[in-house]
Amino acid sequence: MSSNNDSIKKTVTVAVVLCVVCSVVVSAAAVLLKPMQQYNMDQDRKSNILRAAGITDPSKTVDELFSQITTRIVDINTGEFVDAPEAEDFRRAAGDPSRSVALDRRTDIASIKRQPNLMPVYMVESDAGGIETLILPVYGYGLWSTMYGFLALEGDLNTVAGLGFYEHAETPGLGGEIDNPSWKASWIGKQIYPNVETTQPALRVVKGSVDPSLAGAEHRIDGLAGATLTANGVTNMIQFWLGETGYAPLIANLRAKTAVEDVQLNDDAAELDSAEEV
Amino acid sequence: MSNTKEIVITPIFKNNPIALQVLGVCSALAVTTNMNNAVVMTLAVMAVAAFSNLFVSMIRSHIPSNIRIIVQMTIIASLVIVVDQILKAVAYDVSKQLSVFVGLIITNCIVLGRAEAFAMKNPPLPSFIDGLGNGLGYGMVLLFVAFFRELLGAGSLFGFEILPLVTNGGWYYSNGMLLLPPSAFFLIGILIWAIRTWYPEQVEKPEFVIAPNTSKEAV
Repeated sequence: MSSNNDSIKKTVTVAVVLCVVCSVVVSAAAVLLKPMQQYNMDQDRKSNILRAAGITDPSKTVDELFSQITTRIVDINTGEFVDAPEAEDFRRAAGDPSRSVALDRRTDIASIKRQPNLMPVYMVESDAGGIETLILPVYGYGLWSTMYGFLALEGDLNTVAGLGFYEHAETPGLGGEIDNPSWKASWIGKQIYPNVETTQPALRVVKGSVDPSLAGAEHRIDGLAGATLTANGVTNMIQFWLGETGYAPLIANLRAKTAVEDVQLNDDAAELDSAEEV
Repeated sequence: MSNTKEIVITPIFKNNPIALQVLGVCSALAVTTNMNNAVVMTLAVMAVAAFSNLFVSMIRSHIPSNIRIIVQMTIIASLVIVVDQILKAVAYDVSKQLSVFVGLIITNCIVLGRAEAFAMKNPPLPSFIDGLGNGLGYGMVLLFVAFFRELLGAGSLFGFEILPLVTNGGWYYSNGMLLLPPSAFFLIGILIWAIRTWYPEQVEKPEFVIAPNTSKEAV
């Protein structure tokens, strides 16, 4: 190494040139790869939603499958749909004081601290216009981490059609078993609410396994061995998001709407019957 | 280039960065829960080590010695960001699992160590190969640890089920501890023991020799 390398002029020149070259390389990589990264994130989110709803078809692409799903934004307090497509990123909204509310300790059973005012929900609509599957984003604190997932309900808005977590950091092998396919499958067919009038969910994860012959087994999920605190977190998450604080107003609204449609349908059917008699 | 083969092979067993130099152990604990992660991490470290060595070596006669570490770090950091961006674009699922550990390649002592020790004194091509070899040496340990952790901890390799787990209706009770970072310490320890039994010259001289016990009468 020659000594003139250490002159101030040379030092500054090398530093400046290196910084310019490196920043050009880094920004070029970031800008050029941005569309691919955005696409990946989008695909990831869509496949999480599809997986929770149990919509899988290896012969179709994620985009094809996702085309049957409608995204709606719901106002958590009123349970009405609103037009605010930017609210789909609810995790950003949860950190923004103008778009979320701080929860007090007593209501915040899922330990999420702030709840967004608007939440996205995803629906598979039947040809008749009714809801076939309703997919709700849910999240809550387990033992170590916030667990983010989707809960899918069938058209009666009470029967579980599927559950899936896409982000958590629970202990592998213990709490991490919330990703176990056979445990997730045990959710399918369970009932959230004891009856139509109640807004307080009865569904919970119990300790040990559920005896299917006992009354109330349709509201009980098998526990996870060695993961009681994670399982409690899942129960709290369900209680919070499916209760008054969560999607209960939305579910009540949707039920009222389908009830009205049912009545109309029955009227139509009655008219048809009488017409046939004539 | 007669010693090319030697430059690649030596770091894998004889002069392994983790086993002999005990560098880069931190990330070796974190990313070895399954083989997929270990393979991707190996490729990432190989790429960063090889190219940083190449670029440092190319400009080695122009680097002012008083800012040489900063120059090396700038090159390494830029390469790591590029690798991280590429992973996010082409292998999104893996990059999500590797999360911060790709970014932490910047602090991986192997990369800076080779840039300072080898690339500053050698021409570009041998430096590039030295980077590849050291990345590979690091990767071999990663793969070794990940093989046992995934096989015994999750009953699978590369995600394919080898030992059917009890939780999925099989017979194998998985060893949950192997999925937690401390288990990697044991595995790396066993590996270092094995390598030093093979190459006894790697065993370091003890820094202190315990003095013989003084007898009571002598006092």
